[in-house]
Amino acid sequence: MDWLTDNKIPLGDLMETFVNWLVDAAAVFFDFIAITLETIIMALVDVFEWIPPLALIAMIATGAWFLHRSVGLVLFIVAALLLIINLGYWLETIQTLVLVVSATFVSVLFGVPIGIAAAHRPWLYTVLRPILDLMQTIPTFVYLIPTLILFGLGYVPGLISTIIFAIAAPIRLTYLGVSKVPSELLEAGLAFGCTKSKLLYRVELPAAMPSIMAGVTQCIMLSLSMVVIAALVGADGLGKPVVRALNTVNISQGFEAGVAIVLVAIILDRICKTPSSKNEG
Amino acid sequence: MSAVVQIENIDIVFGNNSNKTLELMDAGGTRDNILSQTGDVVGVHDANLQVNEGEICVLMGLSGSGKSTLLRAVNGLNKITRGKCLVRDGERMVDMGDCDEATLRHMRTHRVSMVFQSFALMPWLTVLENVTFGLEMQGMSKKERTEKATQQLKMVGLDKWADKKPDELSGGMRQRVGLARAFAMDTDVLLMDEPFSALDPLIRSQLQDELIELQERLKKTIIFVSHDLDEALKIGSKIVIMESAKIIQEDVPEQIVLNPATEYVEKFVAHTNPLNVLRGNSLMTPVAELEVRDGLHIAGDGVSLKLNGTILDKAFVDGNEVSVLKWDTNVNIDTLPKDVVLLVPLDISMRDAVEIRYHSNHLMVLEKGGECYGILGDHHLYHALLGKHFGNDEDAAA
Repeated sequence: MDWLTDNKIPLGDLMETFVNWLVDAAAVFFDFIAITLETIIMALVDVFEWIPPLALIAMIATGAWFLHRSVGLVLFIVAALLLIINLGYWLETIQTLVLVVSATFVSVLFGVPIGIAAAHRPWLYTVLRPILDLMQTIPTFVYLIPTLILFGLGYVPGLISTIIFAIAAPIRLTYLGVSKVPSELLEAGLAFGCTKSKLLYRVELPAAMPSIMAGVTQCIMLSLSMVVIAALVGADGLGKPVVRALNTVNISQGFEAGVAIVLVAIILDRICKTPSSKNEG
Repeated sequence: MSAVVQIENIDIVFGNNSNKTLELMDAGGTRDNILSQTGDVVGVHDANLQVNEGEICVLMGLSGSGKSTLLRAVNGLNKITRGKCLVRDGERMVDMGDCDEATLRHMRTHRVSMVFQSFALMPWLTVLENVTFGLEMQGMSKKERTEKATQQLKMVGLDKWADKKPDELSGGMRQRVGLARAFAMDTDVLLMDEPFSALDPLIRSQLQDELIELQERLKKTIIFVSHDLDEALKIGSKIVIMESAKIIQEDVPEQIVLNPATEYVEKFVAHTNPLNVLRGNSLMTPVAELEVRDGLHIAGDGVSLKLNGTILDKAFVDGNEVSVLKWDTNVNIDTLPKDVVLLVPLDISMRDAVEIRYHSNHLMVLEKGGECYGILGDHHLYHALLGKHFGNDEDAAA
């Protein structure tokens, strides 16, 4: 047994060497990404902060009304957001929302095409599946460390970690949706003269849309679940007060911030649910 | 008659070892044999078929017999492993198994369209949008295609449902949309893959009637897949019967019923209703075979006939003369007088014959151009209803 422990495989050291090498070799590249993303997110936060809170609430409520035509939902959204203002977490909420929406945007931007490609090429999905499993099962704190080293403190490492964690959902559900399109619909598309791209845009994507939308919703919820963890590497938002409350054993602050996160989660979930999936559910 | 679809020695194999499989097929290997040796499934084995303009050719067989596979070769949905599938494109014939992407698309948008068993309507499009789907692929302008689709929906009686989604429609209505979508393409050839199988019997028969009616007006060339011989006999002008990947009989409906080529076909025929298919001339006993006694032809069932050459002169029932009346297909059978011997057309449908027999109480004499050809009595009708083997009919009648 001694032999086994004496000859430790330097797995962790290898990873460290690799990350160090990345930092040395591509510092400019990662700095560029970090600065660009940081600027974009800060700008977005500034814009939403500049809008008077009541006007923003009205905008969100109107949007929800047009999507769902539900008085109850609109009333709930208005009440929940007013409560958040009252508790004093408006700025943090905006920061969180911007982080969640940007992470989701990037995840969907890359995840959906990857999912489509995987559905059309079985070998690609065979390669992707273990990677996706890995991305979702490795404890998030573990890849927080290299992202922190590569991108520095702030929004960006939080955003990148969130994307790594959340992108699996749109990839998987897009793959599922596109590969489950009924063969008769594909045959009908071909029989009436679709080209490959027409088949994708006119048959496969519309048929897979409920599944893709479920992926987007899931992606949003996964991103939201990362806000507290992202706060550990300095991303502003509702996670910050939670972390601070944890460090100072502050029950009241922790509870208030927790309630705010839950409210944001419910609002996002209700808004994102597509009307059709509401009928089915 | 000119061929619109010409299938020449087609083999279709599903699997990765098609070279080996083709060798085995040529050596006469059976489907099961080939499957266990190469892992390939033989879909169609050496099929030859010509479908002419205006014909409804019905591909018949049990599931797995290769009928849908053969149908899908005609618009290139199934890859042809060997052989040719020629489809007319104006003056030329295009081989669907061996043409480039653009030609294939041209054939699919302008020459061959298709109706599916489970409708295959896009659930996210409205009824109208579903019908315009193919027209859009033809490159038609939006205004034009909406106009055309509306017109097609009117034809199938669904113009009021244009803005509904397919899942708001009943099965029969959905398949009408499927028909409208295919007819809208204005292609010469229509492929129908068991289009009515998923429908209730009443709706099915109604749609069959509508299809026959549409076909009378539009004169398309239709290849229709069915596993129901009654349906095949009703709508087909030619029936092709397939069994384990091979075509085993190709004939007009009546001949399929009268002369089944194998036991397999016979089994199908045994379960059909012959009323719609059989005609008097294939059931009758010819006049020449009747017994002649005292100058009278003895027709059986107590009826004897006095013939003047081939012209019917008088008819007697149990020795008493009864009047002879001629029936034409446009005369309502209920208005015929009782107790007469009727002269009916030689190609009278069996359904009419049974009804006349029920009404007049006597056997019928078949005529054409005034000349008598044969008699049709209870014996013939019972025989036909029981689906007896018609080849031996004369022996039984004697």
